[in-house]
Amino acid sequence: MSHHPHIIIIGNGIAGATAALGIRDRSKAQITIISDETDFPYARTALMYVFMGQLALPHTYLYPPDLWKEKNINLLKSRVMGLDREAKTLNLADGRMLHYDQLILATGSKPILPDCSGIDLPGVCSLYHFEDLNKIEGHLSSNVKNAVIIGGGLIGVELAEMLISRGIKVSFLIKESSYWANALPKEESEMISRHLAEKGITILPNEELLAILGEHQTTGVECKSGRILSSDFVGITIGVMPNVSMFSKTGLDINRGIVTNQFLRTNDSQIYAIGDCAELAVPEENRKSIEAVWYTAKKMGEVAAANICGDNRIYEQGVWYNSAKFFELEYQVYGYVPNTIEPPFQSHYHQHANGQKSIRIVYHSDGFVVGILAMGTRLRQHICEDWINQKKPLKEVLAYFATANFDPEFTDATYKNWHSKSPGSSSSRDPSLASFIFSFFRKRP
Amino acid sequence: MNYRSIALTDQTNPLSYTSLQLVCLTLLYLGLSIQFLSIFDLIFLPRQWTLGLSIFLIISGALGYTLSIENRKKTTAQPLYTIQGNIRQKKWSAWLLALFLTTFYVLLYLRPDLLGLGKNNTPNSGLIGLYDGLSYWIKGKPASEWFVYGTMYTLAITCLGIRVIFKFSHNRYQVYRTLSIIFFQLIFAFLLPEILQAFNKPYVDLKNFWPLNYYFFFDWNIDQLLASGQFGFFVLGWGTVGFLVLTPLLTYYFGKRWYCSWVCGCGGLAETAGDEFRHLSDKSKKAWKLEKYLIYSILVIVVLMTLLILTSRFTGYLISISQSLAHWYGLIIGAMFSGIIGVGFYPLFGGRVWCRFGCPMAAYLGLLQKMKSRFRITTNGGQCISCGNCSTYCEMGIDVKSYAQQGKDIVRASCVGCGICSAVCPRGVLKLENINR
Repeated sequence: MSHHPHIIIIGNGIAGATAALGIRDRSKAQITIISDETDFPYARTALMYVFMGQLALPHTYLYPPDLWKEKNINLLKSRVMGLDREAKTLNLADGRMLHYDQLILATGSKPILPDCSGIDLPGVCSLYHFEDLNKIEGHLSSNVKNAVIIGGGLIGVELAEMLISRGIKVSFLIKESSYWANALPKEESEMISRHLAEKGITILPNEELLAILGEHQTTGVECKSGRILSSDFVGITIGVMPNVSMFSKTGLDINRGIVTNQFLRTNDSQIYAIGDCAELAVPEENRKSIEAVWYTAKKMGEVAAANICGDNRIYEQGVWYNSAKFFELEYQVYGYVPNTIEPPFQSHYHQHANGQKSIRIVYHSDGFVVGILAMGTRLRQHICEDWINQKKPLKEVLAYFATANFDPEFTDATYKNWHSKSPGSSSSRDPSLASFIFSFFRKRP
Repeated sequence: MNYRSIALTDQTNPLSYTSLQLVCLTLLYLGLSIQFLSIFDLIFLPRQWTLGLSIFLIISGALGYTLSIENRKKTTAQPLYTIQGNIRQKKWSAWLLALFLTTFYVLLYLRPDLLGLGKNNTPNSGLIGLYDGLSYWIKGKPASEWFVYGTMYTLAITCLGIRVIFKFSHNRYQVYRTLSIIFFQLIFAFLLPEILQAFNKPYVDLKNFWPLNYYFFFDWNIDQLLASGQFGFFVLGWGTVGFLVLTPLLTYYFGKRWYCSWVCGCGGLAETAGDEFRHLSDKSKKAWKLEKYLIYSILVIVVLMTLLILTSRFTGYLISISQSLAHWYGLIIGAMFSGIIGVGFYPLFGGRVWCRFGCPMAAYLGLLQKMKSRFRITTNGGQCISCGNCSTYCEMGIDVKSYAQQGKDIVRASCVGCGICSAVCPRGVLKLENINR
């Protein structure tokens, strides 16, 4: 009989897997990860590559399958049906009951489904779980020609790429005036829209879904504007929400997600919540209480592991960053880059003449840099983070900008055709500053 | 080609061959069949016409087919690489190809007479005879089995290299690197040595340094070079400077990639003809262990063998042991490992089996790279999403992902700096760099 405490982690995504390994580094506790999705923790972000045949599921395993045995971490393939906090037990779908000493909730997100008629029709899919690939594949076998994707975020583009790789015509139905306009400034949003159009995607802006049409199978969608589109496949990617409904009657403090303090502890001191399902009671300035991305989930896993082993480590949101790829167009963001840049913030926007690369630097009117957004060109994370953390003046950042470049060797090194653009009223048009950025590849003076 | 998703249902993709692709494929197989039939002297036209026709068919068929496939991949958002299809999944067609290639190598090394090589001044026949015309045209001598092999090798690197350049037209590193491979194969490995022979100079591949060129210090080679006057002295000097000065210097500045991925013919074939087999490399720790034992053992054997041979040359002792060592090395490592296993097993183990497990030059370069080089693959902070593309397509079997997940630089003796991990990374996490220190 072991005297080590039993730590159970619900969810085997990057948050749960990171937490488990972090705990094992510090303690001999009995560790169990429960998930019913896959045998081993895998990279959800790689689903599209599995679908497109570039990878098989085992290639996407976060760690070699042997590692879990080596680290004595028990992977349990089951589903949690109930939680009894008094008795400290979990009820599993297979009827088993497990006792925990400490519990980490890492149940992730689930896709938001619009409340409209036809949402249950065959041919309506979202993209989040591994099972979704099977579902999509099943629908595609019925000779799908046209697809409509509702909502144009990051997952929407992944789904579009998957469908186009199978020769299916794709249209995007988006609420905003251009692609992902609720997150991106106008120029970047338009750049992606152009790129998507080049890939043969039709973007239908300012349109909202009213109903999905069809009797036994999706035949089209109806928009609130009255427009009717015929399609034999409907992708729903309007966003995700915390996957927490199974805990709604447990007395845990739940708002949209499971509310945690800065130590990622819930209102039950023995229960932590991390990743997409966690909601910070008090987020940092200019930050959201739920940041459902890969990188924050990983960071939270590390912090929760430390805290469960007796540390008192505060989860610091740090400098925000995220990255994505829209077909061939890469996207990186560091720090604070809102979609509309308003005083006291201003931004410098520079775009390559080919319209496929840009850099935006957001700064405070006091002169210091708060955020950087790069399209089609790569930047070094730690340098950008240092600039933002240390509140470096814009002039200095521009002067040393070359040091942050992370593009592959031999990438267009001239940058002669980059020019500064004035995004709305919020840009100062200082030509001397514009010339700094031309020295993209100039070494440190 | 089959685009079915293996992990999932048995759904057939609407993408099938276009008529252009079918025509090109037919041309390619026709060209290859002419070569194959010539082994049995089944030739229906004068030899030089037959060879010309066959090479024309192979080049146009291969280029037309592969470029058309790559072009469609671009326009229909297909991924750069795929693990799908019979031949990439070690199914029957992969075994058939491996069997065919290994048989060819066995004949080439051990029984060239079966391919038509004339013995004791009898004229060539069969496949080798087919190449006599081209050989006379270039150097005024009949073809040897190595002339035939060299021509085929150069054709493969050139045609499939053009395919790689087209496929990676968005990535200058891949474009420049592949152009370099084609240049060194065509000029240094193929044309220059043949032309030298035309001028009665010894056959020398100036980029093939010791210890990959294990016979550089063999008696017969030194004698031959010394006998050919100034040119021979130059080659001896160049070869010595090459491995003693040039190799450490260039490896210090650029890593072993300057040789393995930009110059070398073995690596060149793997990067071009072996491009579709990258995912087959073994990523296990066991394989890594085997790699270390094998490759450094072979390096030690080459060094000992070379020392023995030089000792016997200058002292007259140990002649028989050094000669038998040289014989067995040539047979087991030079022929069987680098050729039969190295290339023959492309469809089973991936393209860099020789480079990873056998090549003494790679071992030497690897030691230099690990201990004293500016080259490394840097990773961009915490941006890795663990998708696994980098590790899957590393032909040297390096678990690149495990480094990227931790934000660690990759400094590995085996890394040949082909840059594919960086090219397939969907988040731009990996960058090949020569760090200034």
